[in-house]
Amino acid sequence: MKVLKLKKHYLKDYLNVLRNWGEVYGPVKQEDKYIYGLLDDLDKLDTRMLRTILPAKKFLVPPRFSTFTFKDHSYEPELNNLPNRVVFGVHPCEIHGIVILDKFFLERFPDPYYGERRRRTAILGLSCVPDDKCFAKSTNTHFAEFGFDLAFNDLDDFYLVWVGSSLGDDLIRLKLELFDEEIKQSDLQKYMEWRAWRDTQYKLNLDLTAMPDIMELNYESPLWEKLGDKCLACGACSMVCPTCPCYNVQDQIRPNKTEGKRERLWDSCMYKQFALVAGGHNFREKRSQRVRLWYTHKLKAFITEFGKAACVGCGRCIDTCPVEINVKTVVSELKGGK
Amino acid sequence: MSDNIYLPEPMRIVRRYDLTEDVRFFQVRPVDMERALKLSYLPGQFMMVSIAGVGEAPFSISSTPSRPGLIEFGIRKVGVLTEQLFKLKENEIIGVRGPFGNGFPVDKFKNKDIIIVVGGLGAVPLRSLLLYCLDNRDQFGKIYFLYGARRPAEMLFRREFLELKQRDDLYCYLTVDKDDTGRWTENIGVVTTLFKKLTNIDPENTYVTVCGPPVMYKFVIDEIIKLGIPKHQILMTLERRMHCGVGKCGHCVIGSIYTCIDGPVFSYWDVIHMKDLI
Repeated sequence: MKVLKLKKHYLKDYLNVLRNWGEVYGPVKQEDKYIYGLLDDLDKLDTRMLRTILPAKKFLVPPRFSTFTFKDHSYEPELNNLPNRVVFGVHPCEIHGIVILDKFFLERFPDPYYGERRRRTAILGLSCVPDDKCFAKSTNTHFAEFGFDLAFNDLDDFYLVWVGSSLGDDLIRLKLELFDEEIKQSDLQKYMEWRAWRDTQYKLNLDLTAMPDIMELNYESPLWEKLGDKCLACGACSMVCPTCPCYNVQDQIRPNKTEGKRERLWDSCMYKQFALVAGGHNFREKRSQRVRLWYTHKLKAFITEFGKAACVGCGRCIDTCPVEINVKTVVSELKGGK
Repeated sequence: MSDNIYLPEPMRIVRRYDLTEDVRFFQVRPVDMERALKLSYLPGQFMMVSIAGVGEAPFSISSTPSRPGLIEFGIRKVGVLTEQLFKLKENEIIGVRGPFGNGFPVDKFKNKDIIIVVGGLGAVPLRSLLLYCLDNRDQFGKIYFLYGARRPAEMLFRREFLELKQRDDLYCYLTVDKDDTGRWTENIGVVTTLFKKLTNIDPENTYVTVCGPPVMYKFVIDEIIKLGIPKHQILMTLERRMHCGVGKCGHCVIGSIYTCIDGPVFSYWDVIHMKDLI
């Protein structure tokens, strides 16, 4: 992989140049949290952020978008005119989340909407230092070797910049003179030390070994009823999870009744109507069944399907769930703790 | 068809009539004739039917691919979309995507005996299989068709199935829970009462397919197990909420599988193995 150096004070200059390629988004402070916001003013950029409220999936699968417009009986897909976008500040765990979404959306029955947005979105990774809610080391997603276009590793006064794709290389060439192509022995040393130090910074460590078996053995456990009693079925866990892909479909129609659009909206399997069919039968009427499905899908089903759990250890569920149902507490209870 | 798997294809309603009080037969055809003749599918597959501006839902195909050109559905008026579908007349256009799902493994059925067990609305997908087997009669062993409805008026395709009784290459057994007409000449009782007619079954050489209301499965499967048929040769087709048909929207998920792409046809072994299927 091609690796370059960028002096830290050049970062904003470089992001400014990237505006020639597309809209530039990055971490922006919003009250006491962070979001991926449009960097129309580069001074909004705040690289101290740890996790944004919504993950970068919102760029690849927007919370609500039109799949096609219709007029009488002709359908026009809404795939043209999607903007090029640069998303800066994507942490390694989230890059792993994107790799999981790639598998989900692009392998079996490729989804053109995801594919087109993915193609037009440059992922610019940024290294991070964990807080007490991060457990990416436990999910082995604390470093990303692929899945990004560029990855910026913060080493005090400069970034080590990894070029991960042909698009990433194009983006570097937009302002090559800002970068230093010579990596010295001392830089390597610094990087090695940083990696070793960062590894020691994970305060939350979960043993996720054998989770599929543990889930299976707990299938009839009263634990699910207990969690179901607590769960508010608000669906926030699904919204903030970097790997939750489920969606609903709704038609919007103009008053003339012959024109309109078919939209996709984020959905959550925690919602009561999720498995409700016409005629009134609900295949997952109980909250306990829905909580169990969410965790089965994250910690077991994805391993069956893609060989890897769909949890990347970002800590958003820990940060978000108002009643403390999250991967940390559920895994602990599944294993007999508390 | 477009390569965008989410774009419906315009199809014209060529025929429609009521099968029962609340179930209507729809025969549709892609507007483009060439496409209509090429459209291929397997018995047990489903399609996503939509009215632009109203919505989209999955429906089992009731016709057989051995009679190309027209696609048939049996649709119960049960929700917002179906209510609007019932308002449509011949020559009106609907949107259709598919076919989706695994369908019945008809290749594995070759030279085997087939028992088709139906309850109520389950006749819609299993009619596809029955007609397919009859159209390719030389490829299969004995064929048994067992269908139970609540009352004679609720039996889908009643006349068609009664006519099948005239054939000598098929065992066709029909039953109703209750005869409120006084003119029913077939069996009276739930569908499991037909199992006594199944004699000299060669279990290893037999596939059973089941579709019906959820309450039916347990009793029917008990009877099939008594016949000694291996669990992986007992197949059923299931219903779930679906918005995509291609394993993306997540609504039909059950444990590690998506009903729309891994099903809707599952074996009884799958049911035991995967939990929550039925």
